[in-house]
Amino acid sequence: MNQYQLMKLAKRVGLYALIAVVMVYAIFPFYYAVITSLKPSSELFRVDFWLSSVDVSNYVQIFTQKSFVRAIFNSILISVSVVVIALLLGITASYALGRVRFRGRATVMLTILGVSMFPQVAVLSGLFEVIRALNLYNNPGGLILSYTIFTLPFTVWVLTTFMRQLPMELEEAAIMDGATPWVTITKVFLPLMWPAMATTGLLAFIAAWNEFLFALTFTLTDDQRTVPVAIALISGGSQHELPWGPIMAASVTVTVPLVILVMIFQRRIVSGLTAGAVKG
Amino acid sequence: MSTSATDSAPREGRTAKAGYRGTKVRRQRVRAAWTYLTPMLVALALVAGWPLLRTFYLSLTDASLSDTAGAAFIGFENYLVYDDGAWYGLLTDPVWWNAVWNTVYFSVVSVSLEVVFGIVVALLLNAEFKGRMLVRAAVLIPWAIPTIVSAKMWAWMLNDQFGIINHLLMALGLIDAPLAWTADADLSMWAVIMVDVWKTIPFVALLVLAALQMLPKDCFEAAEVDGIHPVKVFFRVTLPLITPALLVAVIFRLLDALRVFDVIYVLTSNSTSTMTMSIYARQQLVEFQDVGYGSAASTMLFLIIALAVVVYLYLGRRQLGVDQ
Repeated sequence: MNQYQLMKLAKRVGLYALIAVVMVYAIFPFYYAVITSLKPSSELFRVDFWLSSVDVSNYVQIFTQKSFVRAIFNSILISVSVVVIALLLGITASYALGRVRFRGRATVMLTILGVSMFPQVAVLSGLFEVIRALNLYNNPGGLILSYTIFTLPFTVWVLTTFMRQLPMELEEAAIMDGATPWVTITKVFLPLMWPAMATTGLLAFIAAWNEFLFALTFTLTDDQRTVPVAIALISGGSQHELPWGPIMAASVTVTVPLVILVMIFQRRIVSGLTAGAVKG
Repeated sequence: MSTSATDSAPREGRTAKAGYRGTKVRRQRVRAAWTYLTPMLVALALVAGWPLLRTFYLSLTDASLSDTAGAAFIGFENYLVYDDGAWYGLLTDPVWWNAVWNTVYFSVVSVSLEVVFGIVVALLLNAEFKGRMLVRAAVLIPWAIPTIVSAKMWAWMLNDQFGIINHLLMALGLIDAPLAWTADADLSMWAVIMVDVWKTIPFVALLVLAALQMLPKDCFEAAEVDGIHPVKVFFRVTLPLITPALLVAVIFRLLDALRVFDVIYVLTSNSTSTMTMSIYARQQLVEFQDVGYGSAASTMLFLIIALAVVVYLYLGRRQLGVDQ
């Protein structure tokens, strides 16, 4: 083997070593949470890298807890509703912004972009009033309403990007046939927008599922909480008596569906994220 | 653009009508556009516009959480007031300025780290190797995990007595005694940064990767043929070319970091050594029930972020495609 080949081999080995490091760094914390969640409480405080035996008592404990099951139900209800509303309002708005040239369009686009960058805390007191006035405090409806602030701008933005990429000829043909804009949206664009809608819907779902500040502030009782709040509020007798086994079991439970979704839709998510951040 | 639709029509009989039809179609489309925008704009006004205005207004009152409607207007007293020979208000509160400093420190340090590591991971994912798709999917995992969950996972790993991080560091001989990562004032900010960096590297890496994959291949091949050192190629060719995407990623992350709340709330709760502007504002609003004062803090945070957004829009207008 000459020097050139040796260099090449070394580079190859270095590359794979670096990839291994990145993989371990990315995956290990989640892996460790899974291991912890499957340990009996007697072994919890011994550091292990592998699992010697599987014990599901932590999972039994959280799933027999009514408030946690209720929290999962609340999270699903809220996230799905948020996605449906964001997509309904987003698809029509993105048609207007993506396909029609009209005065004030740039202003609307900038407004949407501005809203998506809002610090949530800045609207907290005002939104609190709105939610109380609509009688939605400590109610999933209040969270569905408030989550619109971050899911809607994002959905409109990404769908507009996709909408713009559809060929002009399709719409021209529809106009030639005398189709109204509504027919054009529902009959021509909608069938083509499904992949984009699945992507944005999924990203909106993840955002709603993970939201914490509003969920913490606009709910009061255990049975109205979402899972992130439920997990954050699991507590033991003191700082040092936190029930780490059940906390990790709950954490793994709310994360596994997301990880599976992300694995399946990985390519789409990447394109959706980049469309949301950089155009083109 | 709709006029050209009829102009290019294959049947010649239509061209005579094109002007009339074009404007009618155009007017119909513009009207439809506004109709379709209205529900979205109303929704945004309800959840963003109005609440923001109310927050501004409440910051000028002495409102408390139980009674926001009957609050008295007190002008800028929540911000700054001179009373009996001394200045009072948010702008004289050392705890607030500590929160501002913490936020800036957290944002600058974590975004810098995320960008450096994000570029490294992106370059790695851009290289050709077996199982690239699998690695790309695996790298996304931290991004998919809810912030609360990642904060809890790391809180467990960073646990002072039973945490695996202390265990590893002691096994490697780097420390003699376990460290109280989340309780020690000197360490807790680093613990928070560690978790945030771990969670958001995938986001930066993906944006950079997308930019890398759009670069023309031939100039890299030319550089390789000419035997130019890869590091030089990176700084002279790659980095300038991906700068626009990098700029977008940086400002997106910066805006996120400036409003950080959940990771810090869960990891170190209300500790002053990690308290950020969001934590401070929410504490005043909800825990101390002082809506007027808390709104003043929220408004200040909003102004700081608005400034960053203006800079962002100014710098990023072309990349965002608003002008098209």
